Amino acid sequence: MIRQHLLVAAWVLAVTLTTSAQEVDLRVRVIASKLRCPVCQNESVADSQSELSAQMRTLIRDKLAAGETEDQIVRYFVSRYGEWILLEPPRQGVLWFVWLAPAAALLGGAVLVIAYLRRSIRPHPHLTP
Amino acid sequence: MIALLGTGSLLLALACAVGGLGVLVVGHSRKDPRGLIWGYRAAISILTFVTLAVVDMETALVGFDFSIRYVAANINRVTPLLFRIAGLWGALEGSILLWVWILSGLTVLVAHRYRSRHPGFLPYVLGVLFAIATFFLGLIAGPANPFTRLAVTPPDGVGLNPLLQNHLLMAIHPPLLYLGYVGFSVPYAFAMGTLLSGQHREEWTSITRRWTLVAWTALTAGLFLGARWSYDVLGWGGYWAWDPVENAAVMPWLVATAFIHSSMVQARRQLLRGWNLALIILVFLLTIFGTFLTRSGVIASVHSFTQSLIGPLFIAFLSVATLVSLGALFWRRKQTPDEGGFDSLLSRESMMLINNLILVTMAFTVFLGTIFPLVVEVATGAKVTVGPPFFDRVVGPLGVLLLLAVGSGTALRWGRSGRDDLRKLGALAAGAVAITGALAASGVRSPTALTALGAAVFVALAQVTEYVRGALAHRAATGEGLLASVAALFSINPQRYYGYLTHLGLVVAVAGIVASQSGRIEVQNHLTVGETMQVGAYTLRLESLEALVGADRIIVAAPLTIGILDGTAQAGTARSSGDVDILRPSENFFRQSRTPVATPAVRSTWRDDLYVTLLAFDPREQSAVVRVVISPMVSWLWAGGAIMVGAGVLASWPTRRR
Amino acid sequence: MADSQTVTPRRPLPWAWIGMAAVVIPLLLVLAFGLRRDPRALPSPLVGRMAPAFGLQLFSGGRLTLGELRGRLVVLNFWASWCVPACTDEAPVLQAIWEQYRTKGVTVVGVNIQDHEAPARTFIQRFGLTFPGGMDPRSVIAIDYGVYGVPETYLIDQSGRTVYKYAGAVSVDLLTPVMAPLLETR
Repeated sequence: MIRQHLLVAAWVLAVTLTTSAQEVDLRVRVIASKLRCPVCQNESVADSQSELSAQMRTLIRDKLAAGETEDQIVRYFVSRYGEWILLEPPRQGVLWFVWLAPAAALLGGAVLVIAYLRRSIRPHPHLTP
Repeated sequence: MIALLGTGSLLLALACAVGGLGVLVVGHSRKDPRGLIWGYRAAISILTFVTLAVVDMETALVGFDFSIRYVAANINRVTPLLFRIAGLWGALEGSILLWVWILSGLTVLVAHRYRSRHPGFLPYVLGVLFAIATFFLGLIAGPANPFTRLAVTPPDGVGLNPLLQNHLLMAIHPPLLYLGYVGFSVPYAFAMGTLLSGQHREEWTSITRRWTLVAWTALTAGLFLGARWSYDVLGWGGYWAWDPVENAAVMPWLVATAFIHSSMVQARRQLLRGWNLALIILVFLLTIFGTFLTRSGVIASVHSFTQSLIGPLFIAFLSVATLVSLGALFWRRKQTPDEGGFDSLLSRESMMLINNLILVTMAFTVFLGTIFPLVVEVATGAKVTVGPPFFDRVVGPLGVLLLLAVGSGTALRWGRSGRDDLRKLGALAAGAVAITGALAASGVRSPTALTALGAAVFVALAQVTEYVRGALAHRAATGEGLLASVAALFSINPQRYYGYLTHLGLVVAVAGIVASQSGRIEVQNHLTVGETMQVGAYTLRLESLEALVGADRIIVAAPLTIGILDGTAQAGTARSSGDVDILRPSENFFRQSRTPVATPAVRSTWRDDLYVTLLAFDPREQSAVVRVVISPMVSWLWAGGAIMVGAGVLASWPTRRR
Repeated sequence: MADSQTVTPRRPLPWAWIGMAAVVIPLLLVLAFGLRRDPRALPSPLVGRMAPAFGLQLFSGGRLTLGELRGRLVVLNFWASWCVPACTDEAPVLQAIWEQYRTKGVTVVGVNIQDHEAPARTFIQRFGLTFPGGMDPRSVIAIDYGVYGVPETYLIDQSGRTVYKYAGAVSVDLLTPVMAPLLETR
């Protein structure tokens, strides 16, 4: 491994500087972690290292600086990319199902288990292992 | 030559699988014992031919034979030897070859071990295993052939995705995961054997107990190693993202854990027979489904290799397997009655039934979340995402309930529980609450963290109590010392005491998860060379920007000097009393990929991990953007996993033959 | 030892089996269907709505806004020089469409994203592209159009409404049937 002069490497590697050079606001992070990175697989805009995500974070910061609210910014992205961009399915339309189903499954299962146990326990109180 | 040999071996293996199946069927219908002998020989032949194919592929990989498309796609001239060998499972076709290899090995073991013990039963079992092998062999002898050749041999290969190539775990995680997946085919085959043969002889769960345990241990190891790999490599400081492929592995694991417990109930009390049959069928179907999810690209994931024609074939196999298994279960439904019943709600077996309920609900939740985007798209055409927030919010509370069931189940006894047991349960609960209170007083604020930790403490107390009770009883009986008594417990009743040890491992892992999630600090900052930033109790000073040219990549690193603030010493000034470190997060520019791959730098202690990623740099300005994550107690997660796996290995260890 | 009095075997109710079949079979069908779609293809919510306005700094100097193109059919193409083979495949197609339909009321506009000027200009020279184009260095325009990869092409009609989006390399056979009806109404 040869230590190259940094300027030479810099010219070759000039592709990298795309992220903003400033500290990313906490608010930007909060908003960005609600959005799904469009070019990654299953990462949030906050976590992703991709160029597009970095540019989206910059855009979010600019919009915050311009006075938009978190809700407005999120709705902007939804209006451009669709509901898909939200990491968490909103609780409307057919999507409430995915939130309700696990609880229903647990309760339903619990009912079956209790019914089974009652039927099983009653006739044989004297059985010993 | 190599390609011909490889494809030929696979075709021969396929012929043996089909032939073996035929010979078993014919032999059984004619009540001819030679059917089984030929079946055994067929199993050995399959293993021989598949091994030949594996050796063939490895020769091609190690020897840089780029005339074979799979080799050219997965390695290149600078791939180190270990990763050339591991290239066998680098992509779809080779992974299925690995699957088949493990399956054929296990089939031979099963045939060898049981042919004299269960001659009436075994033909069904081997038949099922041959049927599974036929599907996978058919896949790789046909549409997913790893030995397809390229029209023109390229001078160099493409090489693995750099994310994969960077890490040692690439060589370990997939085979372990596959051992887990494929391992469950054995108890499944025995279950189907029971159903198809129509007779309920010796409990199939007892026969397959060790197989199930080995498969479960391997799957557990695979899951933890996968999480560790993500953590080390992906750069966001997390270890689990509810990625569809992660979910694909966790679903069978959850159901298999349920099965391990309910099969104990069957062994002890002859209850839940039908349920156990259904459970192992579900585990097997989930392993196939998991492989389908991973390989077909149906749901986009970090793991998905390519979209291929394999998908429809998997669907067909999954459908057939589902219908046949459920059909057999339905057909024999009158033959799996319980003998006797549960004695009381407050008993170990009832708690195990409850833990089953929770585990299966968790598996259902994960399944639902994974499949939901697909269902919505089919139904409405809209695309939605079900991301980590959903899974965290539903699986978390279920996890707490599960811990309560585990603790209660440990504390209660088999059969009916008396007053003493209830008092013990109460004492454990009180102890857990007290310790939780102490935790709250010492600074843990989040209610969710406290609840989860409280449940974990409850479980820990229950396990420790059992060890103490058992050791005291042993000491009273034999006069040995307390510690020696504890050690003796593992030999006296390995299933029980290694089980408790696994629970303790779980507690340690849960503590790691809760702490690292609720106490996580993440900061992104821009630093110029010489500038210092502070995150939590650490200071980080950017020393310089370095560039190194390697064989296949250019590396830019940003060394940071780490100092620890303890309120008294000056931070980050010089190497003082060994508490100052240097971390070198870097970005790797591989020649075949446009975007760089960041390699994070981590400083691990039992207390927390300091995790730094280099996001961007500017050589002209001499500055860098770094992301710093502090995750408390992440090491506990790996330690907990190691304990669970260790306990599983020791529990499966062959004991003196009966 | 066997107790002659066993608990009535608890058989799952018959409708439980039917229920299971009712869940499993559609699920398998859903999975089968799932193979037919591309998990990465996103339907665009912009189709049918007024296209977002943009201002593009051109390679040739000067500035182009969407408003200036009102009255013409706009083929808006997002590309990058490193996007091989898709962008290299469609570049000649776009140039051909520009040359053929320019006088018939169609404007092709190229927006270069996630790229650098030198390689972008080299790309344009290499394919002899003469339609207007510029760089979108911060992806402001791309995000405004919900772009998630390259190449992507939008068709905006003469009144400024987005009528079509395609993700992937376009071909003459793909675009002409969509463009033709829009040009006939003139």
